[in-house]
Amino acid sequence: MKNISFKIDGRICTAEKGLNLIEAAKQNGIFIPTLCHFKHLNPLGTCRVCTVKLNGKAVAGCTIHVADGMDIEVNTPELLDTRKAILEMMFVEGNHFCPSCEKSGDCSMQNLGYETGIKYTRFPHLFIDRITDARPERIVVNQNRCIKCKRCIEEVKTFDGYNVFCSINKGNKTMVAIDYEQEAKLSELQAVHAMQICPTGSILVKGKSFSKPFGDRQFDVVTEEKTLPLSALKKSRITNKKKIVATTSLSGCFGCHMSMLDIDLGILDLFEVVEFNKSPITDIKNFSKHCDIGLIEGGCCNTHNIEVLREFRKNCDILISVGECAIWGGLPAMRNTFPLEECLKESYLDSMTSEENETIIPNHEEIPKILNKVYPNHEIVKIDHHIPGCPPDANHIWNVVKNILFQEEFSIAHPKYKYD
Amino acid sequence: MNRTGLLNKLWEFQNKFGYISENAIAQIAQKLNVSKIEIEGIVSFYHFLHRKPTGKYIIYLNNSIVSEFKGFEQIKAAFEKETGCTFGCYDENQLFTLFETSCIGLSDQEPAALINFFPFTNLTPEKVKTIIQQLKNGNSLRFISSNPTSKIQYIPADNKTVFYRKYEMGTALKKLKNHTPDDILNIISVANLEGRGGAFFPTAKKWKSCKEMESSKKYIICNADEGEPGTFKDKSLLNNLPGLMIEGMIISAYISGAAYGFIYLRAEYSYLLEKIENTLREFQANNLLGNDILGIPKFNFNIQVQLGAGAYVCGEESALIESLEGNRGEARIKKHFPTEYGYLGHSTIVNNVETFAMAARIIELGTNFISTIGTPESKGTKVLSISGDVAKPGIYEIEWGMTVKEILHLCQATSPHFVQISGPSGICINEIEFDRKICKEDLICAGSIMVFNNFRSITKILENYTKFFKEESCGICTPCRAGNQILHEKIKKIKKGICTAQDLEEIKEWGQIMKLTSRCGLGQFSANTLVMALDKFEGYFNQKIIKANESLNVEFDMEAAVCNYDSLIKDTQ
Repeated sequence: MKNISFKIDGRICTAEKGLNLIEAAKQNGIFIPTLCHFKHLNPLGTCRVCTVKLNGKAVAGCTIHVADGMDIEVNTPELLDTRKAILEMMFVEGNHFCPSCEKSGDCSMQNLGYETGIKYTRFPHLFIDRITDARPERIVVNQNRCIKCKRCIEEVKTFDGYNVFCSINKGNKTMVAIDYEQEAKLSELQAVHAMQICPTGSILVKGKSFSKPFGDRQFDVVTEEKTLPLSALKKSRITNKKKIVATTSLSGCFGCHMSMLDIDLGILDLFEVVEFNKSPITDIKNFSKHCDIGLIEGGCCNTHNIEVLREFRKNCDILISVGECAIWGGLPAMRNTFPLEECLKESYLDSMTSEENETIIPNHEEIPKILNKVYPNHEIVKIDHHIPGCPPDANHIWNVVKNILFQEEFSIAHPKYKYD
Repeated sequence: MNRTGLLNKLWEFQNKFGYISENAIAQIAQKLNVSKIEIEGIVSFYHFLHRKPTGKYIIYLNNSIVSEFKGFEQIKAAFEKETGCTFGCYDENQLFTLFETSCIGLSDQEPAALINFFPFTNLTPEKVKTIIQQLKNGNSLRFISSNPTSKIQYIPADNKTVFYRKYEMGTALKKLKNHTPDDILNIISVANLEGRGGAFFPTAKKWKSCKEMESSKKYIICNADEGEPGTFKDKSLLNNLPGLMIEGMIISAYISGAAYGFIYLRAEYSYLLEKIENTLREFQANNLLGNDILGIPKFNFNIQVQLGAGAYVCGEESALIESLEGNRGEARIKKHFPTEYGYLGHSTIVNNVETFAMAARIIELGTNFISTIGTPESKGTKVLSISGDVAKPGIYEIEWGMTVKEILHLCQATSPHFVQISGPSGICINEIEFDRKICKEDLICAGSIMVFNNFRSITKILENYTKFFKEESCGICTPCRAGNQILHEKIKKIKKGICTAQDLEEIKEWGQIMKLTSRCGLGQFSANTLVMALDKFEGYFNQKIIKANESLNVEFDMEAAVCNYDSLIKDTQ
C-alpha cells in the first residue's frame, strides 16, 4: 500500500493509505483516546471518545480511514473538553465505584479519566439501579460498569461462531446481555479474553479478577513527581501571615483525614505556615475565625451534613472537596440506586438483628434527617476545588493546599492521581 | 427462513400468541443459527413486540405532547378504570393490556389510541367507557374503530396544486416509455427535487449515484416510517395517493436499474397495509409492476411492504436498512451513503413517501409546471401536517414560501405562542418569527407544524420531547443515550423550581456536546429545540429561574431532599 500524507493539528503525518486514524495517529506519535476501538475490529463508533474534526466536521476518529490531504484536528481545546465530557457522561450514566471495583488500575476507562484529568463530573450522576448477573458459568456481568461499547459483542464468539453477548432493549434501557447457553461453551481462555477486552470492569471472570494485585496493574506505572519539600516554605512565612485551615468529615469514613496525617513529620512544618481552626485535628468544634481554606471529606447524607457544609461555605474563602465521597457521593452513594425506604427497612426492620415485628425506624427531632440520597457537595454549595482519590494521597492534598495558599507549583504523578 | 424475514416471523408469533415466548425465540435462533440473545436483542428493540403474554386487546395510547395537552392523563385514567389494568403491566387481564406509545400519526385527532392497531381517535372518558364495553361484548374492532383519515384542510389554486389533484394510475409512468433513464433523471434534477423526509438531500444526486454504482443488485426503499411526533403528512399520502408514491418508486427504479423495492411501513399505520397492497396488486395487474413494465424490455421491478415494529430511530435511513436486514435498528456509522453500501451491502435508494410522490408528479406535470410554483430554491408545494391549538388541524398542501403567519391564519390558530417546526428534532419559533417563510431560503420544514398557545407550559413541551428522545435513542452511542437522560434531569430541575441561570447555560453547553459527537441525526438534533427555546423564550425562562443563594452559590431544596424520610417516619409510627 502506498503511503499518504495528512495533517493532524497542523503537523504533517504519513501513514499507509486507508489505515484507521487511531492507528495512523499512533504511528505518528499522536494519541487519540478511545474505548470502543479495538485492534482489528471494524470501527464501532459507539463510545465517541475519539471524536476529532475532519476538515472542520466533528466525526468519530475510529471511523476515519486516512486519505491523502486530510486535515484532522485532535487536540484543540474544544475537542479535549468534548472528549472529557463524553467520559464524564459514562461516569454519571453508570455506577462506577472505582474503590470497590475489581478492575481498578486495569481499567481503560478509569485510565482515560486520569489522562483527561477528570476531577469531578460536570453532569449529575444518574444512579440508576442496575443488576450484577452472576448466573453465567464463568463470567460475571456487572451492568453498573458497562459503557455499551460493543467490543464484547463483536469480539467474543464461541468456537462454532455464536455470539455470546448482544445489546438488548433500546434508549436509556439499552444494556449488553449475555447468552447463558453460549457462555457455557466458552473456554477459560476465551472468558479471560472477554474480561480483558472489556474497557471497564463490566465483564469479570470468576476467580480471575484479582489475579494481578493492585499496584502492579497496567495503569499503575510510576512516573517522576515534582514536589517541593515543605521546609522550603519556611522562607515565606516571615512575610506571610499564617493561613487558617478548617477541615471536616461529613458522610465519609475519616480515611481522607487519616491520609492528611500521612505526611507524618511534615505536619510539623505545615503547622509553621498554617493554623488549624475548626477541625477534628484540633478538636475545635465551632469556627472561631474566618478561614482561608476548608477541606471537606465526605458527601451529604443527612441534614446535619448540609448544615455543616453551609457553615463551612460561610466561614471559608475557599472550599475543597477531598476524596470521592465529597466529590460525587462515593461509596455511601451506593445506596442511591435504592429507594430510601428500602435502605432503612433493610437496616432497622428486616435486618438479622432487628426485633421481630419491629415497625419503628429510630428517629427523634434532634437526630438529623436522612436525605433521600447522598448528594455531592457541589450540589449543595459552591465548591472551588476537587481532589480525587479514595483517599487522595497526603502529598496530593497538601500540594493542592500549598498551591492555593502560596501559589506554589506542583505536579501529581500518575499513580497518585486516582479514584481508588 | 433467512435473516431478512426475521421481522415478519416475529410479527407472526406476536400476532398469533400475543407475545414472543422463550420457545419461539429458541426456535427462531436455531433456524437462523444464531444465539438466543441475538433474537432477544431484536425483539426487545421494538416496542410492539412483547416478551410476556398480552391480553386479547393491546391498547397503545399515544403520549405525544399534542395528546398530553388534549387530555392524555384523563384518557389514560379512563382506560385504567374501565379495564382494571395498569399501563405498562403484563399479566393482569386476559382481555386487555395497556401501553403508552409515542406519536401514532393522529395528532389532528388527539387523544388517540391504537387497539390491536385499529385507530380510535378524539377519545373522551365516555368514549373510552363505550369502547371497552363494546370490546367486552365482543364487538368487532374493525366495526367500532374510527376513521383515521386526516382532513385535507387546504390546497392551493388548481394551477398550483401538485399533490392533491386528480390522480390516474400510470399517468406519470407512461412518460417513461419515450424517455431514457438519463432523460428522466435530468427532469428530476432540473426540478431540483430534494428529500422530503427532512434532510433535503438532492434526490437526483442520490439517484444518479445509485445509477452509476456497479452493484449486482439494487434496491429502492420507501421510508414510510414517519415517527417524528406531530407528523402525519406521509400517512395522508399513503392513504389518499398510494399509487403516486408507488409510481415514484418505479421511476427511481427505472433510473437506477433496481429490481426490488420495499415500502417500510411503520406498524402504527398497519391499517393502511391492505390499501397499499391492493394498490400494488392493481399496478401488477396493469403491467406497471412485475416484468417488462410498460412493455419496456428488462424493466423489472417488484415492491414488497415491510411492517416496522415500533422504533422511532428506524426512520433514520441506515437504521431502517438494518431493521430490514433483520438486525437491531441501530444507525450505521456514516462511512458510506446507502447508495454505496445499503441493503445487504447493495446500492440502495432510500427516500421518503412524499419525495417519491413528488417525483411522480414532476414527471407527470413537467418541470415547467413545477418551476412556476414556490420560491427560487424550493420548487413546488409541501405537504404539512398541522396540529395543536388550532381550530382546523389536518393536512395542508402549501406553496413553498408561505409565511408562518398565513399558515396560522389558515388553520385558525388561537393565540399561538410556541410553534414547533418539523417536530421535536426540528426547531421552535416564537411570535417574532411568524413572518418567516416556509422554504429553503428561510425556514425549512419537513412536514410537521405543532402550534401551542400561550397557556401551554413550555417546560411541559420540552420535557415531553426529551423523554421521547431518551426512550427512542437506539442506545448505541454515549452522547445520545446518556445525554438525553442527563438533559431530562435538568428539565426536572426547572420543573421543581430550583433551576438557576447556571443550569440554563449548562443545558446549552451540553446540547452542543451532543450535537457535535452523536452518531446519527437523532442525537445530533435531540437537544436542538431545548437549547433554542432557552433563547427564544428567554422571558419565560427568566421567570422560571431563581437566583442562587449568594453565599452558597448553589440552590438546593432541602425540604424536597428529606420528603421521603419525613413520609416514611410518619408512616412507620
